[in-house]
Amino acid sequence: MTVTDDRPAAEIGKDRRRKEDRRLITGSSRYTDNIVLPGMLHLGMVRSPFAHAKITSIDTSEAKAATNVIAVYTAADLDESVGVLINAWPITPDQKAPVHAVLPADRVSFAGEIVAVVVARSAAAARDAAELVDVDYEELPAAIDLKEAAQDKVLAHPDLGTNKSALWVFDSAEAGTGGNVEDAIARARTDGVLIEREFRQNRLIPSFMEPRSVVVDPTGEQLTMWSATQVPHILRFALAATTGVPESKIRVIAPDVGGGFGGKLQVTPEEWLAWWIARQQHKPVKYTETRSESMMAAHHGRDQWQKVTLAATKDGTLTGLKVELTADLGSYVAIVGGGVPVLGAFMYNAIYKIPAYHFSCQTVLTNKTWTDAYRGAGRPEATFAIERLMSELANELGMDPLELREKNWIKHEEFPFTTVAGLEYDSGNYEAATEAAKQFFGYDELRAEQARRRESGDPVQLGIGVSTFTEMCGLAPSRVLGSLDYGAGGWEHASVRMLATGKVEVATGTSAHGQGHETAFSQIIADRLGVPFEDVEILHGDTQVSVKGLDTYGSRSLVVGGEALVKAADKVVEKAKPVAAHLLEASVDDIEFAGGRFSVKGTDAGLSIQEVAGAVFTAHNLPDGMEPSIDAEATFDPVNFNYPHGTHLCAVEVDTETGQVKLRKYTCVDDVGNIVNPLIVEGQVHGGLAQGIAQALYEDAVFDEAGTLVSGSFVDYLVPSAADLISFDAHHTSTPATTNTLGTKGVGEAGTIASTPAVVNAVLDAVRQFGVKDIIMPCSPARVYAAIAAGRAGDTGSATEGAGQ
Amino acid sequence: MTKIELTVDGGKVSEDVEPRMLLVQFLREKLGKTGTLVGCDTSNCGACTVHVNGHAVKSCNMLAVQADGAEVTTIEGLAATYDGGDLHPVQAAFHECHALQCGYCTPGMIMRSVDLLNENPDPTEEEIREGLEGNLCRCTGYHNIVRAVQTAAAAGKGATQ
Repeated sequence: MTVTDDRPAAEIGKDRRRKEDRRLITGSSRYTDNIVLPGMLHLGMVRSPFAHAKITSIDTSEAKAATNVIAVYTAADLDESVGVLINAWPITPDQKAPVHAVLPADRVSFAGEIVAVVVARSAAAARDAAELVDVDYEELPAAIDLKEAAQDKVLAHPDLGTNKSALWVFDSAEAGTGGNVEDAIARARTDGVLIEREFRQNRLIPSFMEPRSVVVDPTGEQLTMWSATQVPHILRFALAATTGVPESKIRVIAPDVGGGFGGKLQVTPEEWLAWWIARQQHKPVKYTETRSESMMAAHHGRDQWQKVTLAATKDGTLTGLKVELTADLGSYVAIVGGGVPVLGAFMYNAIYKIPAYHFSCQTVLTNKTWTDAYRGAGRPEATFAIERLMSELANELGMDPLELREKNWIKHEEFPFTTVAGLEYDSGNYEAATEAAKQFFGYDELRAEQARRRESGDPVQLGIGVSTFTEMCGLAPSRVLGSLDYGAGGWEHASVRMLATGKVEVATGTSAHGQGHETAFSQIIADRLGVPFEDVEILHGDTQVSVKGLDTYGSRSLVVGGEALVKAADKVVEKAKPVAAHLLEASVDDIEFAGGRFSVKGTDAGLSIQEVAGAVFTAHNLPDGMEPSIDAEATFDPVNFNYPHGTHLCAVEVDTETGQVKLRKYTCVDDVGNIVNPLIVEGQVHGGLAQGIAQALYEDAVFDEAGTLVSGSFVDYLVPSAADLISFDAHHTSTPATTNTLGTKGVGEAGTIASTPAVVNAVLDAVRQFGVKDIIMPCSPARVYAAIAAGRAGDTGSATEGAGQ
Repeated sequence: MTKIELTVDGGKVSEDVEPRMLLVQFLREKLGKTGTLVGCDTSNCGACTVHVNGHAVKSCNMLAVQADGAEVTTIEGLAATYDGGDLHPVQAAFHECHALQCGYCTPGMIMRSVDLLNENPDPTEEEIREGLEGNLCRCTGYHNIVRAVQTAAAAGKGATQ
């Protein structure tokens, strides 16, 4: 009993150091590539160097004859049991999508597509022999440039007859959530202000540090796949659904996974090949990609053109927003590829009261690497567009950008608020976050310094950028997903097992890959059951251990998975109560539960929940007819999304003589509701900021005219290093969410969503004085320098030059 | 095949290796030292960083045969090089400062940080950031990694190896 009495009052809110760290800092990690099994065979991939080509012949004879090579497979060798790659979110009923075969039969549609696979006794032998496979190609014209592809100038998949995959539209007038945007635009054109821009969302590569890896063990009755994946449960379902192996014979394990950021929520040709080949060979099989393979074949993110029109009155009151998107799918429609821009559709109106809204998105097939979710998935793009537009409008009106935002945002007393996109925001306080951010940032002082530097003509100019963002996270209410034609639900599962030793074993259907669930979820269970933090063990990432789940993405683990934990824990308490009453010889109605202890009202008599668990294990003395178990499980389906928000302020120094942009200060105040572990939350914000800043300043997946990825390694694709970034000034305000018990909001994507426009707004704020109106991302020294030069020369049409590939 | 003999994490090992075998492949595939990880193929990411004769080396950038006769320390042997506890102070600082999330860059980042502090026991933030430039992390934004190195430096224990 003393154990529970000594326990801290509340675990939630404590900056617990992570349980996960020990194995990771001592080299006892278990990433997929670390797994070695007896008789294991290794795969080497033969990939197309062409973006679009007919395969005229493949000669595998030399490779097959090589020492230590077991087999070489091409499409001709596969049978139906290899399955197919799925698209789980056809965004319109008439969406056009090419069949995504595991190996293409006669035509490759992006550079990096696998055309043959070598099976050998070592990874080195497999790679060597892959060089010996002789493939003849007949090159075809490739659809590379997104805008040209949207005009069907060259077809990425000639059989489809068009590159246009789906047109998805939301109209507030039609939906009954607002007025007609064309009317608003017409009014603004004659008697107000119109801001019309076209923004480029540069193509990004998620760049998780652990390259993708898969091991399949076909020995024994059950088939096991280890994969560096975010989605073991979805992977198991997709394997069963497409390869004909019953779900119960498939065990998928995501062991330690080295980051994902959306990039590992895919189901991939590499996994499907490993699965099929292991079953053919009756031997364990491993495939680990090289970084170069990862960059050209693992899915990319973003890659859109955004044509946006913001209408306002002359006093700065917003009257309408129109968004016309063109989104690059790459050469296949990935698992949720088409749905990513649709997720953004609900976020363009952001924190503002906009009376009329129209959104349309044309998804387009090209002969480039496929695209899908990357941290934020649709919402960074939306936030970028609206936050850039708000700063442009402020500039047009000569208003302070924060003042204009405040004039239009939803006031804290107006929650719950139904937006023009049809979402109900449950809570928030934009005033509080913004006021705090201004104080921490030293907004007024930096504005004063900016004025001094302008005045003196300093070659290094200071720019201040603003982003007041919100996002929808906690994917997702199943009914909403159903209404959007998504192929699955959005619930999450948890089970809580009370062990004989008094320890608590918890299985969650979320699948952490760096987020710290083992720690944060232990804190939740410790509080809910009143047991010591150390006595809780969180299990995840194995479909045989956490038997049900929908995995980790979309800032869902805490707000959906955490609520499932709460509900399962509460059921345990309810089941334990009659046992406690029985053992204490009291009526159930007189039993109270607090701090991990069942007690009889008005007496000192009591039992800890861990003592009850022990009694249930022995089952010697339970109430008549009661099953000897107080274990419980729960599946939680959220009723609403979850809406974290925040105010991000960025100061940059722009060297006008070189175009170099240097971060000077970055302050953010995020409202993520109640915080379970401040240390972990801050880490999520920092990492998110780095990725959002990287989109603004550094990263760009560039294809040449032939469709070759020229930024296909870390030499050319600029993932920022420590030397490129600064220490962040991150703070919080808290407005608890009203749609989950703990009052929490998602945090995984917030930093990425908010930061990109803050940085670009800052860069523009520094150089707008030279006549610069826009700079496409990434704002590299060359582009910034060119924009300043063009602006000074009075040429403002150069903003989007060099983008689009 | 070439026979090499070297000391890895305090133990003497000898193997026949292909001349083209990288040190990191030798560590992982021949010795099962899977604590050292591979993140790229262009020696940019630093995930595979180990110590060779006391200095940080990207083990993807060195042939196994070049390590013949050398003394190699990996993340798995780091704690043993420090006699003050069961973790090296830099490992402890990474834990304390939440300087890791997915953990994939962590072994390399820790090995590089130890070397950095050996060279410069009292670095400025800028020196730390520049010193870690060859090691990429995608999770932390480096903020807490810098804090961890500062914490280890302040403890005055970074240079004990």
